[in-house]
Amino acid sequence: MSLGLVVLIPYLGAVLAAWVARFGRLHSAWVAALVAGLALAWLLPHAPTTFAGATVVQRLAWLPAVGLDLAFRLDGLALLFALLILGIGLLIILYARYYLSERDSMGRFYAYLLLFMGAMLGIVLSENLIQLFLFWELTSLASFLLISYWQGREEARNGARMALAVTGAGGLAMLGGFLLLGEIAGSYELSVILASGDAIRAHPLYVPMLVLVLLGALTKSAQFPFHFWLPHAMAAPTPVSAYLHSATMVKAGVFLLARLFPALSGTPEWAWLLILAGGFTLLLGAFFALFKHDLKGLLAYSTISHLGLITLLFGMGTGLAAVAGVFHIINHAIFKAGLFMAAGIIDHECGTRDMRRINGLWKYMPHTATLAMVAAASMAGVPLFNGFLSKEMFFAESVHLSAGLTHGWLLLVAVVLAGVFAVAYSLRFIHDVFFNGEPVDLPRTPHEPPRWMKVPVEVLVALCLLVGILPAVTVEPVLAMAAASVLQGPVPPHDLALWHGFNPALLMSILALAGGLLLYAARKPLFVLADRWQGRLDARALYQRLLQGLFALAGGVTRALDIGSLQRLIALFVASAVLLGAAGFLGGEAPLTGGRALLPVDGVSLLATLGLLAASLGAVALHRRRLAALILTGAVGLVVSLVFIKFSAPDLALTQLSVEVVTVVLLLLALYFLPQRTPAESGLARRGRDALLALAAGGGAAALAWAVLTRPYESIAPYFLAQSVPEGGGRNVVNVILVDFRGFDTLGEITVLALAGLGIYAMLERLQLPGPDRDAEGRPWDWDTHPAIMASLTRLLLPLALLTSVFILLRGHNLPGGGFIAGLVTAVALIMQYLANGAAWTHARLPPNLHPVIGWGLAVATGTGLASWAYDHPFLTSTFGHFDWPLVGEFELASAMVFDLGVYLVVVGSTLLILIYLGLMHGASHVLRPDEEAR
Amino acid sequence: MSHLAIAPVLLPLLAGILLLLLRHGDIRLRRALSVAAVVAEIGLAVALLLAVSGGEILVYALGDWPAPYGIVLVADRLSAWLVLTTALLALFALLHALRGIDVAGRHFHVLFQLQLFGLAGAFLTGDLFNLFVFFEVLLLASYGLMLHGGGRARTRAGLHYVVLNLAGSTLFLFAVGTLYGVTGTLNMADLARQVAAVPADNVPVVRAAGLLLFGVFALKAALLPLHLWLPAAYAQASAPAAALFAIMTKVGAYAILRVSTLMFGAGAGPLADLLGGWLLPLALATLVVGMLGAVASTRLRAQVAYLVVASAGSLLTAFGLNTADSIAAGLYYLPHTTFAAAALFLISDAIAGRRGELADRFEPGPALPAHALLGGLFFVAAVAMAGLPPLSGFLGKFLLLRAALDHPWWPWVLGTVLAGSLLGLIALARSGSLLFYRARPAEGAPPPRQAGLTAELAPFAGLLLLGVGLTVAAGPLSDYARATAEQILQPYHYVHAVLGGGER
Repeated sequence: MSLGLVVLIPYLGAVLAAWVARFGRLHSAWVAALVAGLALAWLLPHAPTTFAGATVVQRLAWLPAVGLDLAFRLDGLALLFALLILGIGLLIILYARYYLSERDSMGRFYAYLLLFMGAMLGIVLSENLIQLFLFWELTSLASFLLISYWQGREEARNGARMALAVTGAGGLAMLGGFLLLGEIAGSYELSVILASGDAIRAHPLYVPMLVLVLLGALTKSAQFPFHFWLPHAMAAPTPVSAYLHSATMVKAGVFLLARLFPALSGTPEWAWLLILAGGFTLLLGAFFALFKHDLKGLLAYSTISHLGLITLLFGMGTGLAAVAGVFHIINHAIFKAGLFMAAGIIDHECGTRDMRRINGLWKYMPHTATLAMVAAASMAGVPLFNGFLSKEMFFAESVHLSAGLTHGWLLLVAVVLAGVFAVAYSLRFIHDVFFNGEPVDLPRTPHEPPRWMKVPVEVLVALCLLVGILPAVTVEPVLAMAAASVLQGPVPPHDLALWHGFNPALLMSILALAGGLLLYAARKPLFVLADRWQGRLDARALYQRLLQGLFALAGGVTRALDIGSLQRLIALFVASAVLLGAAGFLGGEAPLTGGRALLPVDGVSLLATLGLLAASLGAVALHRRRLAALILTGAVGLVVSLVFIKFSAPDLALTQLSVEVVTVVLLLLALYFLPQRTPAESGLARRGRDALLALAAGGGAAALAWAVLTRPYESIAPYFLAQSVPEGGGRNVVNVILVDFRGFDTLGEITVLALAGLGIYAMLERLQLPGPDRDAEGRPWDWDTHPAIMASLTRLLLPLALLTSVFILLRGHNLPGGGFIAGLVTAVALIMQYLANGAAWTHARLPPNLHPVIGWGLAVATGTGLASWAYDHPFLTSTFGHFDWPLVGEFELASAMVFDLGVYLVVVGSTLLILIYLGLMHGASHVLRPDEEAR
Repeated sequence: MSHLAIAPVLLPLLAGILLLLLRHGDIRLRRALSVAAVVAEIGLAVALLLAVSGGEILVYALGDWPAPYGIVLVADRLSAWLVLTTALLALFALLHALRGIDVAGRHFHVLFQLQLFGLAGAFLTGDLFNLFVFFEVLLLASYGLMLHGGGRARTRAGLHYVVLNLAGSTLFLFAVGTLYGVTGTLNMADLARQVAAVPADNVPVVRAAGLLLFGVFALKAALLPLHLWLPAAYAQASAPAAALFAIMTKVGAYAILRVSTLMFGAGAGPLADLLGGWLLPLALATLVVGMLGAVASTRLRAQVAYLVVASAGSLLTAFGLNTADSIAAGLYYLPHTTFAAAALFLISDAIAGRRGELADRFEPGPALPAHALLGGLFFVAAVAMAGLPPLSGFLGKFLLLRAALDHPWWPWVLGTVLAGSLLGLIALARSGSLLFYRARPAEGAPPPRQAGLTAELAPFAGLLLLGVGLTVAAGPLSDYARATAEQILQPYHYVHAVLGGGER
C-alpha cells in the first residue's frame, strides 16, 4: 500500500507539525517540508513505470460487500496532479515560513496545510469513487480551516463558511451522482467505469447522474453560477490562496472532469453543460478581474476565468481539446502560484493590496517586479511564456468547434473577448503596480523581501520560461503521459511549438494582445462605469438571500411547530392516534360488530353505567373546580371496581379500590399547592378543537373496545386456569399470574413504582412551594390540625389494619389478596397516622426512612428469582410445598410468596415515600407562613 | 443452563438495588460499583453478541413457563447489537457524570442503573406486554434522570416529557389489549403466528391495533409529528443524562423494526407491510424538520437535540425502505449516531461550563480556556454528527443511499438525505464559527491552564474512538448488520426458536 502511505504521510505529519510547534516557531515549517518531501520520495519510485504508461492499482479491503475498498490508483493524470500538489506544496511551505508573522501560529497553519495536502492527494490517487468523495469532502473541511485561519476577521469566517457550504453542497450532489454512476456501471472502481463509457452514456439515468457529478465539479472549480465563493476565500493568508487556487482545491473540479472524461464525455448534455458553464465563466471572470482594485481579487477572478477556459476545453469533448485542457492545468498552476506569491510579497511589503495605492514599485523591488511581470505575461498569453502555448491550443480548438456550430462565430467572439480582457488585466497587474507613478499613502515603505521568500517564485517563473520556450523537451513527456491516462487511449498528434505558421489561432492571439492594450489604455472611464455597476450582477447576493431565506424558513418552521406547549403535544398525539386507528380500521371491509352474542342488559349494570357516565361528564363539566372534579374521578374508579366484582374478579376490585384511595389522597395533597379554581384559559376555537379531538378519541376507543368485545375470544388464558394449582401451587389464578406466570412483569412494575417513589423524592427534596392558607371560600385552611377523636381512633385501628394487611398478604396465593393489595392497605393505615397525629408525632415512632424498605423489597423479589439459579432453573422459577406444623395444621408455602413479600415491601415503601414527602411539603409551607406574615 | 440472555437485564437491576441500599455509603464506593457494573455489562453484552453472531437465537423462558404462556426473553443478533451499543454508551455517559454531576441530586446511580435495566429489558424481551413494562421502567427512570439536578426549565421540560409519554403508555395498553382480545396472546412470536392466520373479520381490528402500536413507538422514536417533546427535554437534561438519552429514540426505532418485521412482515398475509406508506414519508419529513430545527437553534444543546431528531429520521428512513440492505445500513448507522450525539452533548457541557452566563447560547463571548483543544474536538464531533467523511456517519449514509436506489422513491430519499446533510453542515459550521471564531480575546491575563481538562474530555474522546472503531472495522460490522437484517426479515427463525415447530 505504498500509494496509501503517500496519502497517509501528510496526515501523520499534520499531527506532528501541530505537536512540535510547542518547541519552537519554525519547527513546524521544517516538519511540514520534511513530510511533503517524504511523500514525494515515496511517490517518485513509481514514476518510471507510470511514464511508461502503466497504471498501478493498490487495494485494501474495507467494505467489500458494497464495493467500497480503499483503492489507490496511480496513472499519468494522478502522477501529474500528485507532482503539482507536492511540488507546489513544498514551495508554499517555504514561502509561508517567511510570510506568517510572529502572531500567527505556525503549528496550526502547517497542520491544516498538511491535512489539506493529504486530502488532495487522496482525491487524485483514488481508484474508488466513494473514496474519492471521502477525500473530496475532506478538502472542503480542510479548506474551511485554512480560509478561516485568521479567525478574528469576519470576512475570513464568512468566506470559509461560504466555501464550505458551496463546495460541500456540490460534494453531496456529487455523492448522489457517484452512487448512480456506481449503479449504472456496476462498480465504484475507476478501472471498470472508465472502460464502460458507452454503456454509461446509453443508460437512462445518465443525465441525472451527469448533472449531479458536474454539480460537484463545477462548484469546486468555482464555475458560474457557483463562482462567488472563490473571491471571498481570498480572506485566507496568501500562501493558502496560492496553494488552493492555483494547483489544488479549485483544480479538483477540473481534475474530476479529466478523470471521468472517457466515461462521461461525448454527449450533447456533457458538451452543452460544460461549454455554457465554462464559456460564461471564462468571460465573466476575465471581465470582473479587470475591474478589481484588490490585487488578490484580480487574481481570484482571473483564476475563475482560467478554470472556465479549462472547463470549456473538456466540454468540447475532443481528444486534442482534452490535451489542451491538461496542458493549461499545468501552466495555470505554475504561473498562478507564482503570481499569488508575488501578490503576497507586495501585500507583505506595502501593507495593502489596493492597486489604486500601490504604484511604481519597480523602484523599490525590481527583482520581485521582474518575477511578477514574467508570470503575468504568461497569464496574458504572451509568446515565449508557457501560458501562450496552451492558449494557442485553446484558440485552435475553439475555431475547430465553432466550425461545426450554427452560430459558431459567437463562441469565437466570446473567446477573443476573454483573451482581450485577460491581456488587459495582466497589463493592469504589471503597469498599475510596478509603474504608473508613485505609491499613494502606503502604511510602510516597500523593499525587497527576504531572499528565501523569493526562491519559490523564482522556481515557478523559471518553469514558466522553460515550458514556454522549450516545450517539447520539458513538458511534452509529462503532458503525453497525463493525456494518455485522461483519454484512456492513444494521444492525438499535437505539436508543442512556438510557431505554427499563420493560422486563425495566431490571429486570435494577436487580436487579443492588441485589443487588450487598447482596452487597458481606455481603462479610466471604464473603471468609473464599473464602479457604478458595482454589486449589480452579484451571485453572492443571491447566495446570501438564499441563506437568509433558509434561516428564515428554518426559524419559521421550527417556531411554528415547537411552541413549547404541552397542550399542543397532547393534541398532536391524540390526533395521530385517532388517525392511525381510523386508517387501520377503515382500510378493511369487515364490520365493526363481531359475531359474538351479546349479554343481556341488567338493571344494576345499567345503573352503574349511568353512574359512570354521569361522573365522567361531571368531571369534564366541573374540571375547573379541581376538588369536585377529583371526587368525581374517584367515583369513576369506584364504578370500575364494581365492574370487576360483577365479572368475578375480586382481586382486581380490591386492587382498584385501594389504588383509588391512595390516588385520591395523593392528588389531594398535590392539589393543595394549586389554585382552588382554574380560570378559563382557552378560547372558543381551541375548546372546540379539543372537544372534537376528545370525542373522536373517546369514540375511537369505544369502537375499538366494542369491536374486540363482540368478537369470539380464544386465548392462552385456559392454560393459566389449568396450571395454576398443579404447577403454580395457588388457587388464586390472578395472584399466580402476578407472582409466577408473569412474575417478571411484576418485577418490572415494582421497579417502576420504586422509581416513581425515588424520583418524586429526588424532585421534592429541595422544592420549596408556597401553600395557600385559605380555601376557595376564604376560610382558614384547618381549624383543628389533629382532631382528638380521629387521632385516638386511628391509633386503635393501626394494629388491626396491619393485621389485615398481613392476612391479605399471606392468603394471596390462594384467595383474593396478595402483596400489592396488602402493601396499599398498610400504606393507607400508616398514612392515617400522619393525617391524624401529624408528621412529628409519627416520625418519633416510625422513622421516615423508607429507602431501605424499597431497596430490600426489590432485593427480596429479585433474590427469589435468582434463587432458582441454584437449582439450575431459569430466573423466577417457583416451587411450593405443603408443611404440617403442630397447632397450625397443614399449610402450603410457595417461593412465590417470598416474591410477593418483596412486592409488598416496595409498595409500602414507595407509596409512603411519595405521600409523606408531599405531606411534609404541606407541613413545611405551613410552618413558613407565620414568618412571612411577620415580614 | 445458560443465563446469558437474562444476565444483561439482571445485572443493572442488581446494581441499582445495591446502590439504593448503599445510598449513604462512600461516594467513591458507589461510583466504583456503578462503573464496575457498566463495565461488566459491556462484557456480558459482548458475550451475548458472540453467542448469537452465528445466527443462533437464545430463548430464555422466565419461571420455566413454556412460551407462549410465560414471558420469554429472546436474544438474536438485533437485540445483542442494541444491548452492546447501550452498554458502551452508558460507560462514557457515566464517566462524564462522575465529575460531580452525579451528586447534584439524589439517586443518580440508582436511576442510571435502572435505566439500563429498562433498556436491556426492552431490547431483549419477546413479550409485548413485558415490552410495555420495560417502557414504563425506561420512562420513570429517564424522568428521574432528566430532573436530576433540578431547576425550573428542567422541571418544566420534564413535565411535558412525562405527561406525553404517559399518554403514550395508555395508548400502548389500548393496542396491546386489542391485540390480546383478538389474537389471545402476548408472546411476540405467537402474535406473529396468530396475525398471519387472522380471520378476515378481524383483520381491520388487528391493523388498527398494529398502527396504534406504531403510534406509540413513533412517539418514542421522535417521528414527525410526535417529535416535539424531544428538543426541550434533551436540551434541558444534564449532560450525562442527555448523552444516555441518545439511545432512547433508538428504543422506539427498535420496537418499530421488531414489530414490523416480526409481526407484520412479508409473511403476515393481508397485514403484511403494515407500515408501508407511513414510515418512509414520515421519516423523511422528520429528517428535514430536524435539520431545519438544527439550523434555527439558538443554543448548542437545542441544536444537538434537533440533530438527534434528524438522525431518528435517517434511521427510520433506512428501516422504512424495508430491504435487507437498507435495514443493514440503518443498523450500522445506529451506534454511530448514538455515540456521535452523546459526544456532542458531552462537549456541549464542557463548552457551556466555560462560558459563564452565556452558557451554550450562540452569542459571541470571550475566548474559552483551552480554546484550540475544545474547538478542535467540537469540529471532529460535528463532522461525525453531520455524517461527513471520514467518520462512520458517512459510511452509514453511503450504505443507506446505496440501499435506497432500489426503491421506487429513490430520488426523494437521495434528495432528502443529501439536502439534510447540507443543512446539518450549514448549521454546525455556523454554531462552531459563532462559538469559537467570534470569540473576543480574553481580557487581562490569559486564563490559567485548565487542570483536569483531559480527564473531563476523556469520555468524549472515548465516544469518538468508538466512532473511529466503527469506521475502521466497517467491513465486519456491516457484515454483522447485514446478517442481522437478513435474520429479522425471516421471522420464521425467531418464531421457531420461541415456539418450536408445533402449533399451540
